[in-house]
Formats: sequence, C-alpha cells, structure tokens
Amino acid sequence: MRYKLLTAAFAATVALPFVAPAGAAELEVTHWWTSGGEAAAVAEFAKAFDATGNKWIDGAIAGGGSTARPVMVSRITGGSPMAATQFNTGRQAEELVEAGLMRDFTDLAEKEHWKDFIRPASLLEGCTVDGKVYCVPVNIHSWQWLWLSNKAFEDAGVPVPTNWDEFVAAGPALEKAGKIPLAIGGQSWQTTGAFNVLIPAIAGKDIFLKVYKDKDADVAAGPEIAKVFKAADDARKMSAKSNVQDWNQATNLVITGQAGGQIMGDWAQGEFQVAGQVAGKDYTCLPGLGVNELISTGGDSFYFPKLDDADKTAAQEVLASTMLSPATQVAFNLKKGSVPVRGDVDVSAANDCMKKGLDILAKGDIIPDTNQLMTEDTNNQLNDLFVEFFKTPSLTPEEAQKRYAAIIAAAD
Amino acid sequence: MSISGNEVRRPSRLFRNLSAKIASIPMILTALFVFLGGTLWTVLYSFTNSKLLPRLKFVGLDQYERLWSAPRWLTSIENLLVYGVLSLIFSLVIGFLLAALLDQKIRFEGVFRTIFLYPFALSFVVTGLTWQWILNPDFGVQRLVRNAGWESFTFNPLYDQRIVIYGILIAGLWQGTGLVMCLMLAGLRGIDEDIWKAARVDGIPMWKTYMFIVIPMMRPVFITTLVIIASGIVRLYDLVVAQTSGGPGGASEVPAKYVYDYMFLAQNLGQGFAASTMMLVTVAIVVVPWAYLEFGRRR
Repeated sequence: MRYKLLTAAFAATVALPFVAPAGAAELEVTHWWTSGGEAAAVAEFAKAFDATGNKWIDGAIAGGGSTARPVMVSRITGGSPMAATQFNTGRQAEELVEAGLMRDFTDLAEKEHWKDFIRPASLLEGCTVDGKVYCVPVNIHSWQWLWLSNKAFEDAGVPVPTNWDEFVAAGPALEKAGKIPLAIGGQSWQTTGAFNVLIPAIAGKDIFLKVYKDKDADVAAGPEIAKVFKAADDARKMSAKSNVQDWNQATNLVITGQAGGQIMGDWAQGEFQVAGQVAGKDYTCLPGLGVNELISTGGDSFYFPKLDDADKTAAQEVLASTMLSPATQVAFNLKKGSVPVRGDVDVSAANDCMKKGLDILAKGDIIPDTNQLMTEDTNNQLNDLFVEFFKTPSLTPEEAQKRYAAIIAAAD
Repeated sequence: MSISGNEVRRPSRLFRNLSAKIASIPMILTALFVFLGGTLWTVLYSFTNSKLLPRLKFVGLDQYERLWSAPRWLTSIENLLVYGVLSLIFSLVIGFLLAALLDQKIRFEGVFRTIFLYPFALSFVVTGLTWQWILNPDFGVQRLVRNAGWESFTFNPLYDQRIVIYGILIAGLWQGTGLVMCLMLAGLRGIDEDIWKAARVDGIPMWKTYMFIVIPMMRPVFITTLVIIASGIVRLYDLVVAQTSGGPGGASEVPAKYVYDYMFLAQNLGQGFAASTMMLVTVAIVVVPWAYLEFGRRR
C-alpha cells in the first residue's frame, strides 16, 4: 500500500509539467524588486503580461541585487534557466551573452523599431553586443539624488538645504535634535553608490568620466578626487549612527523624519509614494546633490536566456513587446519612481521630482552609469573599500584614496 | 616439482572480498573524479584570468598576488584564526565540562541532554538570525539590561568592528557545543566502570582521574571531535552571512565568503579559485603533519 502511494506520488510529479495547456506559456521571471514600491511596479508587468493570455510566474529574490545576481547567474550557467531575468543595464550579463546563453532579439527590435523610441541611445547600446540586441531596457534610473525629510529639518529648526554644503552645515543641528543627519544602509553597494554620486557633484562630470571610463589612475590619485574623499569623510561622520542594512530601511528613516537625508537613486521615490508623501511638501529631492544637476542613465534591463520549449520561446517575445509597450512603460515607471525608456509616452502624471529628472534628461546633462563602465569585479572591489571606509573611522581619506587609485589602475 | 596442492595459485589480492570492492567502486570513482579531479581543476584554473566562465588563459601568479594584497582577504584570514582557535578551545572545554557534569548520574539527564543538543538541530542561518536579534542593541540583551535600570550598559558586539568576531563566536559556540558534549558523553560512557572504582580505591581525587586517566583514554573521541569542529571552522560562512553579512565595514569577513563573493558576485572565478586554493593549502598545512604523526608512526 505504502509502495503504491509512493509510486503515485512520483507519477504525479512527473505528470505535473505537462498539465499546462499548450499555447499559453508560463514564464518564470526573476528579479530583485521586493520593497513596497518595487513590488507595486512589478505587479504592473505581471498584469500586462497575464492580459496577453500567458502567465507571469514571479521569481522575486529577496536581499537585493548582490544576493540575487549570483542565483540568477548560477541558474543560467547551471542549465536550468528562467524565461526572463532582470540585470542592471550594463556589463553584468556581458559574459553570459558572449557565451551564447542569451537569446538574440535583433529581429524583434528591428520589427518594432526599438531604436527609434528608446532614449537615450546608450540604453540600447548597453544591450547590444556585436551589433545584436540581447536585452530589453525597461527603465532609466539615476543615482544622483539627495532625499531630504522636511520634517526632520523643521524639528531641528533649520531651513531645508538646497545643496550638499548646506546639508553638511546643517549636520550638527540635526544631531542636536536627535536625528541621524545622513542615513546609509550597511550593504556595501550603498556606500559605493554614495561615493560615486559625490564624484560628479564635487569634482564634476569630466573627472567622473576620466576615472571610470578611461580608468585614469593618476586622476584617481589626484587632488580633485582628494576633495571627493574629504566630502565622503563628512558623509561618514554624518552617517555614523545609521544602524540599518537595507536601502529601503534607510529611506524609511527619512520618511519618518528620524534622519535628515539619504543619498540614493530615484527608486527611493517609490517608497515615498507608497508612504503617501508629497514631493516638495513632505520631502525634498536634490538631483546632483543640488550642486551639478546631472543624472546617470542606468537602470534595469531584462535578458531572455535561450530555452528549448517552443511555446515559451514564443512567449518570450510577447513579454519583451509587452514590457516596452507605451501603456506598460507608463504604469510601471510611475510606480517604480523611474523614467520610462520611451521618449514618446505621456508622463504628465509624474510628480515634481520625476519632472526634474525628465528636464535634466531632456537637456542632455547625463553621465553613464558605473555599471555600464566597469565590470562587476571592479565594482565589487570598490564595494569592499567603501564599506570599510564608511564604517572604520580610523581609515584616513588619504589611505583610502591610495587604495582607490590602485583599484582603478587594475580595472579593465 | 611442487605438490599438486600448491599448483592452485592463491587468488590474487585484487579479487579478495570482491563484492565489497565492487560495492565501493562508485565511491572510489566519486573520490577520484569529483573530489580529486575537482580540486585539481580548481587549482589549475586559479592560474588563469577566468571571469564569469572558466577559460584557459594563464596569467601566472597574478591572482595570488592580488589575493594577498587585498585587505579584505587579510582581514578574513585573521578573523578565521581568531574564531578558529577560540572556537576549538571553548567548544572542547565547555563540551567536556557539560559531559562530565551530565556523567555524574544526575536526575533528568535525558532532559538536559536534549536541551544542550537542541541548538545543533538548527541550521547556521537560523542560529545566525536569532543571535542577530539577541545581540541587536535596540531589541536584545542591551535593551533588556537598560530597561532593568542600568542605563549606561553597552553590549553591541555586532556593531563594533573590534569585537564583532566574538559576537559570531558566541552564536557558533551556542550551536556547536551540544554536539561536542554528546560525543564526549559517549566517550565517557565508554570508560570502564572498574577504572573509576580502581581510582577511587587508590584515593585519587576526581579531577585528577579525569585529567590523567580518563582524558588520555578518550583520545580517539577527542580526535573525531577535533576533526568535526575543525571542518566546521574552515567552512564558516552561513553564520556570518546571517548575522552580519561581513559587516560592519567588512570587519567580520571570512575566507569562505571571500571565495563565494568573488566567484559569483564579482564574476571573477580566477580570484575565487585562488582564494579557495589558499584555503586548501592552509588546511593541508595543518592536517598533513598531524596525519603523518598519527598514521605514519604505526607502520
């Protein structure tokens, strides 16, 4: 009897994969969008894709990109690929594409004229290897934002700053009022991100490009970057009491007025939105830290691993088109706090902060994202350095800069 | 001429216990190809500049040079040393003391044994998360003592770079000593009652009996325990990830985490392989002389 039951159970597990009806395919999509605002945004994708008669199987991986990417990569290289997966626009999936593990979408891209409406052009270039298109950019995210809590400054009795220097000057007053001046989560990518935002704000766009694009170690060891390290030193003093790990926990400190501000990408906006806060009234956003108003054009792209199943392969194309369709782009990006990749959609529903971003984008004051310029290896070394710098008061800016220049010199 | 009985040659040694040998073929193949083969493959590729996917483009000792100049790797090694030595000493001492106390024919021995062994049933991840909460200054021990009236009490190992590794050690000991205790208890139970009786007749105090008679007799148990603890130390990873993710500021990094992070996160297999080869070398430096002394002498 027991034996029979066991057999039945085995038979059931074998039979299960064949239950899905032919034609409509179930696609598993992996991503690391798990905070409140992100989950609301990804639900828009799922809704739009389900409306095409297929089924979106959500494969959210909690813990942020640094936890999720190893899982995704090992699934793809290990031979059990998902149907579609998120990566940051840039070089993260470079080798997977070169190894022929990703599907080529050139035909679809030409048929739907992606080139004509995706802006800036660098986004599609990030997806292109040897003239072939391998991914679908879905949003434009920029890192260069300082989010400020109006309530925190009100409590401290100082006006809301309009640039980085005023913010640093307001630090002691915030501290006196029992606030954390600057909230930074403990995960290493957040500290590196904050530093990379300080570079164009303090030293300018040219220095940023010389260091990260040309990998010029002399500039990285030079006086301009020394100024940036000085600013980073201020930042770490202001963030000394910040005891949280995740970026959205840090954002939450700003939302609740326990912290003065946070340097974080525009995805933080999704959190303010979920909390029902109004830009300009409850919180203030300063692109480029209020010094150099420019934004980077990073973001997220979806890659589609090669699959054997014909139905699923057909459905991959449907998913790609759905993600780029004007309606989905608007619905998704408004929830996500990012800018649509299409220049031809109506974004009048955007709030003040997003409009600021759109203006800067229209003016062309843009820089590439660090993910587009550097390999994961280099980014990881920078992460190791900056998480140590921000948490170790005894590590001097001079010593850290020396190590920084060495990493840039070895970068490829 | 030899007598006919000797004509029948003795079966070759190869065919003795044939069925047992056939049965062990899968394990022999696994050991050869998976363990040994995998190790050699890893060492070979640690001399290449493999990134996300392995490729045979040799760069000599570059990966090792980078490894030994990386501050994070040096911190990792230092942490492993501190954790390793202390965890070895404390889990052996505490485990043995608990076992010796349980061995005094006390009441409810089964209950105590279960309580002490219970943490071992939890995974390192669960242990790590639990202790993360206990040691969190805003929710755990510190809060509790401060609420009780001692306002200036400070105990937040996980947020202090200098002592973070001890915070991890506490959790590791809590999880692991139960098993050590059980092994020790089994060893103590294996000691003949007559030895105790003889020692008592000779008027030897109990601590002396333990120190000079019982412990030397338990040598095999100690060696088994040592191997189990040591292997747990080298692969220390999940506990750190669950408790601190290597923080604050990389102060609680360990070698296994370096390997994982560089192989999968930084997409630099070569660097990860170099680090894992160094881990293997470290283990070999400890194990080989010991194995030589232990097994070599008997010949």
